[in-house]
Amino acid sequence: MSVSNPNWKPKIVAFCCNWCSYAGADLAGSGRMAYPADVKIIRVPCSCRVNPLFILRAFERGADGVIMCGCHPGDCHYTSGNYFARRRMTMLFSMLDYLGIERGRTRVEWVSAAEGAKFSKTMNEFVKTIYDLGENRKLGDLRCKK
Amino acid sequence: MARIKQRAIELLSDGTVMRVIGWEKGEGNCDWSPALFENAAEMENFVYGDYAGANLSKYCLKFNRQEGKTLVVLKPCDTLSFRQLLHEHRIDREKFYVIGAGCKGMKDEKGGLLKCSACKGKEFEVYDEIIDDEEAQKTTALMDRMAGVIELEKMTAQERFDFWRGELSRCIRCNACRNVCPACSCIKCVFDNPASGVQSKAPVTDFEENMFHIIRAYHVAGRCTDCGECSRVCPQNIPLHLLNRKFIKDMNELYGDYQAGVGENERTPLTSYTKEDAEPGIVYERGNA
Ligand code: SF4
Ligand code: SF4
Repeated sequence: MSVSNPNWKPKIVAFCCNWCSYAGADLAGSGRMAYPADVKIIRVPCSCRVNPLFILRAFERGADGVIMCGCHPGDCHYTSGNYFARRRMTMLFSMLDYLGIERGRTRVEWVSAAEGAKFSKTMNEFVKTIYDLGENRKLGDLRCKK
Repeated sequence: MARIKQRAIELLSDGTVMRVIGWEKGEGNCDWSPALFENAAEMENFVYGDYAGANLSKYCLKFNRQEGKTLVVLKPCDTLSFRQLLHEHRIDREKFYVIGAGCKGMKDEKGGLLKCSACKGKEFEVYDEIIDDEEAQKTTALMDRMAGVIELEKMTAQERFDFWRGELSRCIRCNACRNVCPACSCIKCVFDNPASGVQSKAPVTDFEENMFHIIRAYHVAGRCTDCGECSRVCPQNIPLHLLNRKFIKDMNELYGDYQAGVGENERTPLTSYTKEDAEPGIVYERGNA
């Protein structure tokens, strides 16, 4: 889909687990590894806290891409939260695809607290994907867009 | 079937049960609806037969806390929903007397019901007694219930998007699909939250339609027995079963075959996991973009 508005900048929401990727983002910051300012981080206690509604709600309020980051499978602070989150997100992404929403607007990545570089790389990649996809029109509240 | 009516009257009269959940005739010939009977005189209006399509298991929620036992008449597929409610501890087994009623496939004014074209068999998951006959044991030729889902999966993303816009934009948010669903049984539904902005009202934007339908189907994923009630009651004829069956198909393919409401296992695919589960990115590698 082409970008109709030349001033368009993507809004990207990143749900980051407090115990890993949120700290990973910190590490990226203190290590001066850049990631785009289009990414807005929302800290959650565990990737499992992310309710599918959160993701839809983010799109409704104007997000163009939503990424969820959690601890690597097996490393969950609460033992098994990310395993449940993994199944949950798989099902949600599959349903979005089934409804014809562009692939790539949603993503899951496991980033540990020690992986500042991975965090910055993932975010750079994801932002690029969203630039390529353009504005989210299919899954948004059209009233909010001028 | 007269035998079911007679047996229900017997159980009412001897005090085994205090009420009966069944069906009664509507104003037309084909619109039988769920009804409550509290004594033998009221049982005059009880009917069972070709138009008893409604799944009565959801009504059990209402009577679970009332005094005495409730008799409920369940068709084979309805017993799956009943079993699922037991798994979820929403109803207590000892509060109900279940009569399993033999079923030859149900109809409405337009002919055979969609759910019956993909009948899950004539076995009763739960019962106190079964009343059926040889005719009801016969299974008929069935269609592949996933055919509609597979057809959609073969389309391009834009075609799928257009298909679903066409369907979902007709939704008037009457909530019938939610209210009838035995799995959609929350005491307080997320869509009843006054702060949600989407509380029991017609959708204002196409986003609300998408969100309501994704979340409704999602919340019952793994618990939906595919009883087909949502599609049956939708006044706008929206094929909601295509959403539910998509989840069922995905879970079967990714996490192993599973049928909600069968067997003793209370764990659903979304309340369990294995360490080897596929990563969410897998959905972007399958099917058409
Ligand atoms: S029954 Fe049909 S019209 Fe009513 S809320 Fe459900 S999908 Fe919408
Ligand atoms: S839509 Fe979700 S919250 Fe509402 S009744 Fe159904 S399962 Fe419960």
